[in-house]
Amino acid sequence: MPKNRTEVLVDVCKGCGLCVEFCPKKIIRLSDDINSSGYHPAEIIDQEKCIGCGFCYLICPEPAMVIYREER
Amino acid sequence: MRKVYHRPEGLTDTLMRYCPGCGHGIIHRIIAELLVELNIRERTVGIAPVGCSVFADEYFNCDMIQPAHGRGPAVATGLKRANPDLIVFSYQGDGDLAAIGTAEIVHAAARNENFTVIFVNNAIYGMTGGQLAPTTLPNMVSTTTPRGRNTKLAGNPIRVCELLNSLDGPVYINRTSVHTPQWVLKTKKAIKRGFEIQMAKKGFALIEVLSMCPTNWRMSPIESSRWIEEVMSKYYELKLFRDLTKEEK
Repeated sequence: MPKNRTEVLVDVCKGCGLCVEFCPKKIIRLSDDINSSGYHPAEIIDQEKCIGCGFCYLICPEPAMVIYREER
Repeated sequence: MRKVYHRPEGLTDTLMRYCPGCGHGIIHRIIAELLVELNIRERTVGIAPVGCSVFADEYFNCDMIQPAHGRGPAVATGLKRANPDLIVFSYQGDGDLAAIGTAEIVHAAARNENFTVIFVNNAIYGMTGGQLAPTTLPNMVSTTTPRGRNTKLAGNPIRVCELLNSLDGPVYINRTSVHTPQWVLKTKKAIKRGFEIQMAKKGFALIEVLSMCPTNWRMSPIESSRWIEEVMSKYYELKLFRDLTKEEK
């Protein structure tokens, strides 16, 4: 069970790639799939490595990211 | 697990029609988050500009008015004077605020009207197709200056924060950017300060936000983020120009 989780709202994402650039763990990439608006949405490669920092959410213009953090 | 970041209630469910990588979406989200955080959504009226963000009334989950081009500060003045308990913010782009609306913003600032202005500076006219704006940098290519902005022919850019800082009226003037997550957080802090000043009835607050326009800059979203870092923020210095509430203490 991963400690933190990032979800991409696939049909909201416009595939700008800013989250890919700013993810400190480099676990986001643009998918080969096409969403309902015709963009390649972001996808999370390795959920285990997510630290829940929320950088992808902060820089996302849509916002197409939902971040969950473990309870402390 | 706890949901820490998600689409704020201050935004409607309408999908934003901005280009991929556009800074407007980030700034909309920051304002929407603050409407919820400061618990002012029910008594806020936003002023939408003319420009790319002309449909802001569809995106913000609060009352909105869409006045004539550049007249946001004039409408905000009337609104705030008639209803002092409302929270009024004017969301304006560089064509709206620095070109056609220059008179309104300068006089609203000089009168120290009690509302918050969020000025989105992307150095170009976005909606109409990338023409020269008053904030276009020297030698920057736009569709009306294909060989770069020649300052002898097309004049010099206007630095709005420096211009308004020469007035005695405004209480808070700050210039930030949304090109990195760190600057997004700083922008949020600045806009929050702007709303708090208004809630304390202190006076006029203007936050200039440098924003990406990948489509009209002919760059990828990541290149435009770097361009703000390396070029644009050198010309438009990112700093706090004035916070009169701090000097009083």
